[in-house]
Amino acid sequence: MFKKTLLSAFMVLSLGSAGFAEEGGEHGVEDIAFSFEGPFGLFDKHQLQRGLQVYSEVCANCHGLNLVAYRTLGDPGGPELEAGQVKAYAAQFEAVDAETGDYRTAIPSDKFNSSTYDGAPDLSLMAKARAGFHGPYGLAFNPLFRGVGGPEYIVAILNGYTGEEKEQAGSVLYENTAFPGGWISMPPPLYGEDVTFSDGSPNDLKSEAIDMAAFLMWTAEPKMMARKNAGMIAVLFLSFLAIMLYLTNKKLWSGVKRKQWGGKGGPAEQGDPIE
Amino acid sequence: MGAIPHDHYEPKSRFEKWLHERLPIVGLVYDTIMIPTPKNLNWMWIWGIVLAFCLVLQIVTGIILAMHYTPHISMAFASVEHIMRDVNGGWAIRYAHANGATLFFIAVYLHIFRGLYYGSYKAPREITWIIGMLIYLAMMATGFLGYVLPWGQMSFWGATVITGLFGAIPGIGESLQAWLLGGPSVDNATLNRFFSLHYLLPFVIAALVAVHIWAFHTTGNSNPTGVEVRRGSKEEAAKDTVPFWPYFVIKDLFALVVILVIFAAIIGFMPNFFGEPDNYKMANPLQTPPHIVPEWYYLPFYAILRAFTPDVWAVEFAHFISGGIITAKFFGVIAMFGSIFVMALVPWLDTSKTRSGRYRPAFRFFFWLLAFDFMFLMWLGARPPTETMLGYEMGVWSLIAATYWFVYFLVILPLLGVFEKPLTPPATIEADFDSHYPPKPAE
Repeated sequence: MFKKTLLSAFMVLSLGSAGFAEEGGEHGVEDIAFSFEGPFGLFDKHQLQRGLQVYSEVCANCHGLNLVAYRTLGDPGGPELEAGQVKAYAAQFEAVDAETGDYRTAIPSDKFNSSTYDGAPDLSLMAKARAGFHGPYGLAFNPLFRGVGGPEYIVAILNGYTGEEKEQAGSVLYENTAFPGGWISMPPPLYGEDVTFSDGSPNDLKSEAIDMAAFLMWTAEPKMMARKNAGMIAVLFLSFLAIMLYLTNKKLWSGVKRKQWGGKGGPAEQGDPIE
Repeated sequence: MGAIPHDHYEPKSRFEKWLHERLPIVGLVYDTIMIPTPKNLNWMWIWGIVLAFCLVLQIVTGIILAMHYTPHISMAFASVEHIMRDVNGGWAIRYAHANGATLFFIAVYLHIFRGLYYGSYKAPREITWIIGMLIYLAMMATGFLGYVLPWGQMSFWGATVITGLFGAIPGIGESLQAWLLGGPSVDNATLNRFFSLHYLLPFVIAALVAVHIWAFHTTGNSNPTGVEVRRGSKEEAAKDTVPFWPYFVIKDLFALVVILVIFAAIIGFMPNFFGEPDNYKMANPLQTPPHIVPEWYYLPFYAILRAFTPDVWAVEFAHFISGGIITAKFFGVIAMFGSIFVMALVPWLDTSKTRSGRYRPAFRFFFWLLAFDFMFLMWLGARPPTETMLGYEMGVWSLIAATYWFVYFLVILPLLGVFEKPLTPPATIEADFDSHYPPKPAE
């Protein structure tokens, strides 16, 4: 009976997920098969490095990453730059020295700069602060099966410009199909072929946007690889413990179930189990 | 009805006797874990252990988080990210704490609805039930206070909306709200006191939990039949019960570990599923988020709060007879707290002599409707009130669902006890147990 219920529940869920997947995200947010998705998903360090390049050459003109330290660029499970590269990367920038209060050349322990332009939000947590997938009908099935969709939302925004502009209250707004409300104040940041990747990877608009979104997922969740690894180990160990406890429980209760109390082998005969 | 007769701790060695005469602590622990427990308890009786685990988990992870957290409006958000990025294992502790709250509330709702179904609240367990309701209220308060601490957008605006409820109280409301916030709006003083109280309340909960356990160890556990353990003699009681250790400790641990497999998977693979993306944006008093939604565990009561708009006749009536003192907002606040208050009164509202829902066919229908109503309210709480379903606005659906909640407790339960014809429960727990696990013929 229980098995049957479980089975039918599972079927409803799996059928349901197929149905919801066809529905598509809101504002045309498209699901992208990022390498870091799923319990076994890993960040592709080359992709993160490309994303870092897009960020440095384009986004960083306005946006900051003030929660991210340069040193983390060399951490395992990230872009994994070599120590020398991290140092050289940081040295391109200036930072305020905590002791003297003066500007000096940045070192790996410093953080990325803040946004230089007031209207440009900091991007450190952007991939977790946006949801690409909702519903359907206010239920959380889409986020359950496809993730919350922060990186997908970023890709959709970067690809969502129609080219239409309008002026409103003295500022120019750009039409963007992915942005709630349809009009965004950020001018199109990427057009395709904005950067040249040294590894020869494609630099069309969509590829750049996907690399950028992957990089921002890493800045938002730099410990994701460690987290999934620990999660997998925890699930395996706890499952093993659950099996052991199931068998222990079964053995323990076999003296009570289907035996007359006080009968042969019953708990009364076993005596006080604590002694 | 006295306690269930069973063997008590006997100090044996000289040291044990010496200690026992001065502090009978070993005896207390022994009697607590060896308590005779109805042997027919089903899997819905595991939530107590899960809840105890959650409380310990939240206190332990919370104490560690407090070592690295800074309760200041300019530093709180960054200090949480410091925990996530720089503290060893900080991400694990913080995600366990955040998702631990979710597990805590899933477990407490299942625990409460188990009590409602099997009539666990009925005499002589009214005090256990009331203490349980107080624990639940303290949990709600603790969860709300804790959600403010990361100082994200939902933290700030959630705090603004919820403390605004106190502002709806006539006369003293505004002063009370300012007193709670430590100023005219949510600010640094608010964050500091919320941090202090968030650290305090779990220990109040722990004390209440001790009283909760004390109370049901005095009356004995309820069980799925609602039939009491026979207490005529130790031998008679032993036919209905097994000692808590090891039988239920192992059973409950097994269930707990299965739940922890899912818990670990959520932390490992989807730790932000129950969270709100907006809370990864730092609080900004100048920018109101488009949808202010409380955490999922408050949604049913949030829906009840919002259901009573000024055009509801009950609200208009209350407004009229109170001479305008009771506004729609205040009415909503009364309804929200009232919905928990009527649940706390259920031991006296349920007039049926039969304790367990298992033997009450008509009750079962209304109970499952209540369970559905609860889930429906939870869904409604997250929907914009202007949205429509089947041609009616969500506000109308909320009102219907909120009304059923009150009707169930205030009308259906008192009347069912009079009109319903219950089935006959088994004579003893032993009979129920043996019907599930027929004994082999004696050898």
